[in-house]
Amino acid sequence: MPNIVEEYSGVWVFVEQLEGKLATVTLELIGEAKKLASSLNVQVSTVLLGEKVEAIIPTLLEYGADTVYIIDDPVFHFYRAETYKGAFCYLVEKYKPEILLMGATTTGRDLAGAVATTLKTGLTADCTALNIDLEKKILLASRPAFGGNIMATIVCKDHRPQMATVRPKVMKMPIPDSNRTGIVVREKFDIEEESLRTMVLKIVKDGAENVKLEDAKIVVSGGRGIQNEHGVNLIKELAKVLGGVVGGSRGAVEKNLIDHKRQVGQTGQTVSPKLYFAIGISGAVQHTVGLQGSETIIAINTDPECPMMKIATYSIVGDALKILPKLIEVFKQSLSEIKNLELRNSNADMKGVVTVE
Amino acid sequence: MHTLVCVKQVPDTTEIKMDPKTNTLDRSSAPTIINPYDAHAVEEAVKIKKQFGGKVSIISMGPPQAQEVIKKCIEMGADEGYLLSDRAFAGSDTLSTSYILAMGIKKIMDKDPIDIVFCGKQAIDGDTAQVGPGIACRLGMPQLTYVEAIESFDLKRNVVVLHRKIDNGYEVVQSKLPCLITVEKDINELSFSPLTNMIKAARYKSVSWGINDFESDLSQLGLKGSPTSVRRIFPPAQRAGGELLKGSEDEVVQMLVAKLKGGILECQI
Repeated sequence: MPNIVEEYSGVWVFVEQLEGKLATVTLELIGEAKKLASSLNVQVSTVLLGEKVEAIIPTLLEYGADTVYIIDDPVFHFYRAETYKGAFCYLVEKYKPEILLMGATTTGRDLAGAVATTLKTGLTADCTALNIDLEKKILLASRPAFGGNIMATIVCKDHRPQMATVRPKVMKMPIPDSNRTGIVVREKFDIEEESLRTMVLKIVKDGAENVKLEDAKIVVSGGRGIQNEHGVNLIKELAKVLGGVVGGSRGAVEKNLIDHKRQVGQTGQTVSPKLYFAIGISGAVQHTVGLQGSETIIAINTDPECPMMKIATYSIVGDALKILPKLIEVFKQSLSEIKNLELRNSNADMKGVVTVE
Repeated sequence: MHTLVCVKQVPDTTEIKMDPKTNTLDRSSAPTIINPYDAHAVEEAVKIKKQFGGKVSIISMGPPQAQEVIKKCIEMGADEGYLLSDRAFAGSDTLSTSYILAMGIKKIMDKDPIDIVFCGKQAIDGDTAQVGPGIACRLGMPQLTYVEAIESFDLKRNVVVLHRKIDNGYEVVQSKLPCLITVEKDINELSFSPLTNMIKAARYKSVSWGINDFESDLSQLGLKGSPTSVRRIFPPAQRAGGELLKGSEDEVVQMLVAKLKGGILECQI
């Protein structure tokens, strides 16, 4: 089948947007696509479907797209599998890319599954690393498997395009270049709204007061080791004192200690805070893949041999339920010291301003 | 209403242990369970049956011992189960798995039309979330994935309105029936099974179909029908280890706070 394979060239990225607001994972993927494309010596293209989304094009080019394929039509206003799948497969069959990347969001994964089945090709979900086998010129898509207990590199040898999804925050954001230009290809794809079976009635956003876990600077996560409601309250208090956000491991979620929306890891969210507390978390890869981007990791666990303690920047052996109250007290004290100091400094500045006037 | 739920028997991945010598999975260490998301799919189907009447069918692909998860579904209130089991299915990736399940579902539908196919949003062993959309695609049904709530049914117009999770919120979607829905855990709370169901389940034996029992194209099954293959399995990369803080509880706490002062703590304020 090598002939079929050779017909396909280039790396494509699906552009995820909601009413004109671009999902950042798209830009991360353009950066990654650029890396893959340069090892293959091919180009990066993006596929933009939506209504009145022309304004996004310059951003795509600045971040590294060589070509933007766009279909702008009211029928694509909201993402729907039945419309996007049709248009996307039409473009793939016409232009034949060898690699196709999408964000592993609910939208990207929904579309990827439908596209791969329609095109009868291979799809690897939630990849944490993408590379090229230079000799065979194929995509090496690596991802955690079995709840993250092992890593597997998946290949799709004889079918094209080779598809992969990647979660937000896994790949680095590329540096934009405002001088970059590229080619814009405007395409059409006819679908009658009346022929469709699904309709998005409205979008409901979560309250803005919730800091998103994936954007938090400090995350305090609990695992099975926090044991009970008391442990959960201690985690919450530590997060509150530090101005952080509560997270949890799958173990804690399965025990109903932590809400599943707060799960960090392969099946939960990927976080990249400055400070990550792993409290009573043994550190299965399922969990640790979700926090690789953390600057400093602090682990508290009774088992000094568990994986979490091995990867933490600072680890403490002991019973979290005893250590946490002490930690909360000491943090409270030292934070109020810092605050007082800053207050004095800012008062001094104010005086300075007054004298100048 | 006739609903059909796709379920998978999975190893409980939170219990899986690694063999530290060989860096391979010790599968015997993990008990098998019904995929937790699938359990919520069954619960939702049973809820619909209670409200509108009808029947809940279960389908699973797996080795003969996957009978056990079908029995679990009967216990939860399902009416009948089909197990697709054949050596020819071994090594199937998600593309091939969705083909096999879709062909099995087609045979069931021919006899008894289906209004909704339910799946869990993903299985906890593979975590791909690809089989649901794959089945929908092959059956030509609209796919509604990551569903957090079913708002209403309008059986006169033959539509369902539901909430589908998106980044930082949800969308309210209306779909014609029949359709395929994959569910999040939020969709419901699992209820306790009545004793009568448990007795029924204990005696229940599901229908078992091999490749000769339903229409299938051999080239789309198992390894042959799977475009993806595993090139390499390896232990996950470890982050470089850090410092173990030693001392009494009070000492380590003081040490830690001292380490963090002058850096991250100030940043936060």
